[in-house]
Order: sequence, then structure tokens, then C-alpha cells
Amino acid sequence: MVHLLEIVDLSVSIGNKQVLKNFNLKIGQGETHALFGPNGTGKTTLLNVIAGIPRYTVEEGRIVFKGKDITHMSMDERARLGIGMAFQRPPAIRGLRLKDLIKIINPKADAQEILKKMDFSAFAERDVNRGFSGGEVKRSEMVQLLAQQPDFVMLDEPDSGVDLENIKLIGEAINTLTQKDLRPSARTKSGIIITHFGHILEYMKADRAHVMLGGSIVCSGNPAEILSQIKKSGYEGCAACLCPA
Amino acid sequence: MSMSSIEEKARQARGKKSLYGTDVDMQSYESEAKPQTVVENAGDLPSDVKKAALDVGVKLDGESSGAYVQMDQTPVVAKSLYEGVEIMDIASALEKYDGLKDYWWKLVAPDADKYTADVAASPPAGYFIRAKKGMKTVFPVKSCLYLGSTNLNQRVHNIIIAEEGSELHVITGCTTPAHVQRGLHIGVSEFFIQKDAKVSFTMVHSWGKEVEVRPRTGITIAEGGSLSNNYILLRPVKTIQTFPTATLAGRGAVASFNTVIYSTMGNIDVGSNVNLNAPETSAESISRVVSVGGEVIARGRMTGRVPGARAHLECVGLLLSDKGRIYSIPELDGQSRDLDMSHEAAVGRISEEELEYLMSRGLNSEEATSVIVRGFLDVEIKGLPEDLKQEIKNITQREDLKGS
Repeated sequence: MVHLLEIVDLSVSIGNKQVLKNFNLKIGQGETHALFGPNGTGKTTLLNVIAGIPRYTVEEGRIVFKGKDITHMSMDERARLGIGMAFQRPPAIRGLRLKDLIKIINPKADAQEILKKMDFSAFAERDVNRGFSGGEVKRSEMVQLLAQQPDFVMLDEPDSGVDLENIKLIGEAINTLTQKDLRPSARTKSGIIITHFGHILEYMKADRAHVMLGGSIVCSGNPAEILSQIKKSGYEGCAACLCPA
Repeated sequence: MSMSSIEEKARQARGKKSLYGTDVDMQSYESEAKPQTVVENAGDLPSDVKKAALDVGVKLDGESSGAYVQMDQTPVVAKSLYEGVEIMDIASALEKYDGLKDYWWKLVAPDADKYTADVAASPPAGYFIRAKKGMKTVFPVKSCLYLGSTNLNQRVHNIIIAEEGSELHVITGCTTPAHVQRGLHIGVSEFFIQKDAKVSFTMVHSWGKEVEVRPRTGITIAEGGSLSNNYILLRPVKTIQTFPTATLAGRGAVASFNTVIYSTMGNIDVGSNVNLNAPETSAESISRVVSVGGEVIARGRMTGRVPGARAHLECVGLLLSDKGRIYSIPELDGQSRDLDMSHEAAVGRISEEELEYLMSRGLNSEEATSVIVRGFLDVEIKGLPEDLKQEIKNITQREDLKGS
């Protein structure tokens, strides 16, 4: 198995607070992983650090993407290398129309088609994320990622605040981004998704799941199994039951 | 005011400094201009003039309701292409309409300061635009004030009259060609917006690095009338100071001012001043300033004098360099009960979050900054014809507007 992303012994802090501790994760080509864990356990931090947001300090370890050490690469370099992210709460950008941003992200993208796919054509002329509802923001993120076509897509709660009809749409978009229409061995694109309730997993395919606690992964396994165990006995209980130390 | 009393007032105010802005040494500019060649149609103008006009959003070859072009002190074209609009050079209009007694120096005082005094003491040049009663123009009247000689003191005095129920759109580009190193432009403008008339006035400035500019504008809006005033300055200038004053004199009159400034150098002191003197009047002033250098003073003043008047000011600045300064001065003066007046002012930097967001999509820091800056300057202006909107958009979306 070729690993698209490999995180080795990563420790990260923000200010004086350590948020990731000796974190290890490997994601193979064509795999999509789900990440569970209580609030404040470092899930979003992990995604931000992979994306390269500069607020964080990497104290130890490294991030390897496509065989390259990207630990200290700038955000835009990482994006151009194939990393894409759907933000949990993205900012609004005044005066920048969504359809113009699509063209900036990828001049070759078929903006109309993408917007149509996400049932978002009415927002083409709107300023990016400005005055969008929670669910609309999520669709705006998916529209941008469909234009960007990253090799590795990170989704930070793409289902929060989304109604049932649109959750299906978003799930389908994630399947497109991660090539779930291809047979597993033909897939080259990978992803990681943070979800609290796992609703989105009814509409998209995740190959593996992890439970994060206190800045590290404490348990990994089958997504459905892990989710049902979390529902039954909580995060710690799940880890104790499925992955006893 | 008789001609002699105007002259007398002007004489007395010759040395009167302006309340705002740096003081211009008028003696260092030449007041005599060489005459320029008059042409029949705007299309016949020299190509460099047409190109300069285009650069300030004035497409002289495009569709219009008419055109006025002044090179230095010579009105080279004054022509209406639509029967609903009269366009003349101001000297001819003064002659034709018996000195324009009801309009000439009625909204700007000849002795307001030494700049108005200088215009009052000089032979009149400028445009006279009159939208006839009930006539609605679709295409804008295009005007270009071209300062083409180094060291010249260019003086302009304009009158716009929108008669009852008319609709008029004017775009004025004021510019200097690249070879003009130094100059002074003083423009007095008096706008009369009569009952139920609707006017949009868009002014784009593009001057040289050693050019000083002192527009002096007075506007009166009668019952049911409306004004959308748009000012765009994106190119370097030495100093500019203007504080157009609009008086909402009739019930339900509306004024909206939009100002877009990208400053790289110099001293820019720009604002708007609105008097809400009649019931149910409303005014809005929105200014967006980006400074990568130079000093910008963004003023806004609203005075509410009757119950029910509504006014809103918004001054937002992005300061992107240590070399720049943005001084935002919103003023609200309420002089009656039952007013609704508000303001919102902010000066800051580009949000890291927005920058990172765009960078996560593959834009480098410079590209992301430029996208945010252009978005910030893209003010939504209501009530303009579509092609004029597009013209303004083209100007504010230029590639050469960078973060720093």
C-alpha cells in the first residue's frame, strides 16, 4: 500500500498549549478515513496543521505527503501539491463572487456544472459565504473543492447544520472527490472527515475510522463499528472496549 | 448675485485658506493656458486623449447621450446626442441663459476659499448639462476634464440641472497624461436636482504624482429627487481635498455617496457632507479606503434637521502598510427629535483568516491579498445603468491593485 499521507510522531502546540501529542496516522491512496472525538481533542487542529495554517507550532515529528516532507511548506504550496480542505466555519469574502472564486481556483473548472451538481447555481453571483446559512456554507465549500479537485481532501464537519436533503448532496460530492465511483484498486484520491454524529457516513463511504482523545488516536477500526460503540459507551468507553491498551 | 459682486467676493477671498487639506501654493502654477483645437465630435479627438479618457472609465466612442471634453482651459467638444439633454460649454450657456442667474454660484460660494475665488476670478470654462423636464436618459453623458500641460492651473466650473421628473447619468473622468509632471485642478460644480428627478454622477480621477486637486461641489435636491454620487480614485496624486455638500431640501429627497480610494502616496482628504433639511429625506455615505502608502482622511458628515430624517455613514479602511495612514472621521449632527442616524467606521488590516482561506485553495499570499483588496473596493452601487456599473467594476478590478 502506497501512503498518500503519513504523519509521524507529530507534536503541535498553539501558544503554550500542546494540542497534538506524538500523533501518528497513515492514509493510503484511495482511502477515506473518518475521525471521531470529543470537542477540543485536536481534530480540527490536525486538519489545520496538515493544511499548513501558520498559527500552530510543530514541535516534533513530520508530515509527509506524496513522499515529500511538507511539515514546513506554505499553505498555498500544499494546496498546489494536492491538499484541499472544507472548513468548518470559513470566513466570508466581501466583493468576491463565488463563480469568480471557482475560476480563480481552477480556470478550467466548469463552474456552471459544479454549481448545478451542488444545487447552488443561485449563489453563483453572491459574495463567497456572505450571508450564507450554515448549510449553504457547507455547499459552498464543496463547490470550491469540486473545482480544486485535490488528491487529498479534508472535511471538517461537512454535515453540521445541513438538512437531510443536502446532506445527501454533500455525501455524493465527497464520494466524487474521493473517487468512490471507481473500483477500490483504481482509486488514487484520499480523504479524511471529521463528523460528530456520523449522519454523513450514511451517504458516503469511509474505509477506516479513528477515535481521538487528548491529542492522539486511541482507537482505529471499522467506521460503522466504532460509531455504534461510541453511541453506546462514549469515546473513552469505545476505546476501552474496542482497543484495550 | 450680480457678476460684479461675485468678482468682489472673489477678490476678497484670494488668500483665504481652505478649512481642510494642505494649502496649495497657487503662485507656483501658470494660469494662462494655450488654446486647444476644437473638434465636432468626441470621436475626432486625438487618440491619446481618448485613451486617457478610457482609462478613467469614459468610453468616448461608446454609446452616450452626449459628451463634454475640456483640454486645459478649452472646451474642445460639447455635444448632445439625445434631444432630452442639453450640453454646452458653460460660457455659451451663461450667454444663452442670461448669466444663469438662478444657478451661477448659488450652491458654492465664490468666497468659500481661495480656490473658489480663483475660479470666480477666471474666465469661465466647464460644462453645462441640463436634462429636460420628464426626459429620461438611458446612456450616460460622458465628460472628460483633461489637464494636458505641465504646471497649469486648470479651472473648471460646471452646472448640472436635472429638471422635474428627468433622469440623468453623468460620468466624468478627470485625468492627466503621463507626461504631465505637475499641475493644479480646481473644479467648481453645482448640481440642481429638481422635483422627482434622478441623477447619478460618477467621477473617476487619475492624476499625476505632482498634481493637486481641489473640487468644490454643491448639490441641492428637491422633493422626491435622488442622487447617487460615486467617486473613484485609484491612482497616485500629490494632494486632493474635496468635501461635496448636498442639501436635501424637499420631502423624500435621497442622496447616496459611494467613495472608493486606493492610496499609494500623497495627501487625500475626501468626504461628503449632507444636510437633511426636509421630512422623509434619507442619505447614505459609504467609503472604502485601501492605503498602501500616503495619508487618507475619510470624512463623512450628516446633519439631521427635521424629524424622520434617516442617515447612515460607513467608513471602512484597510491599511496595508506602515507608510500609510487612514484617518476616518464620521460625524453625525442631530438637530431634531425622531431622527435615525448611524455610522460604522473601521480601520484595520486584511483578516488572516480570509488570507489563509484563499491560500488553502492554492492562491499565494500576494494573489490572495489582491483578491481581497479588489473585493473590498467593489462597492455595490445601486441605480446605475448596467454598462456604467460594468465600467466602474472594470476600474476597481484592475490587476495592478496590490496589497503592498
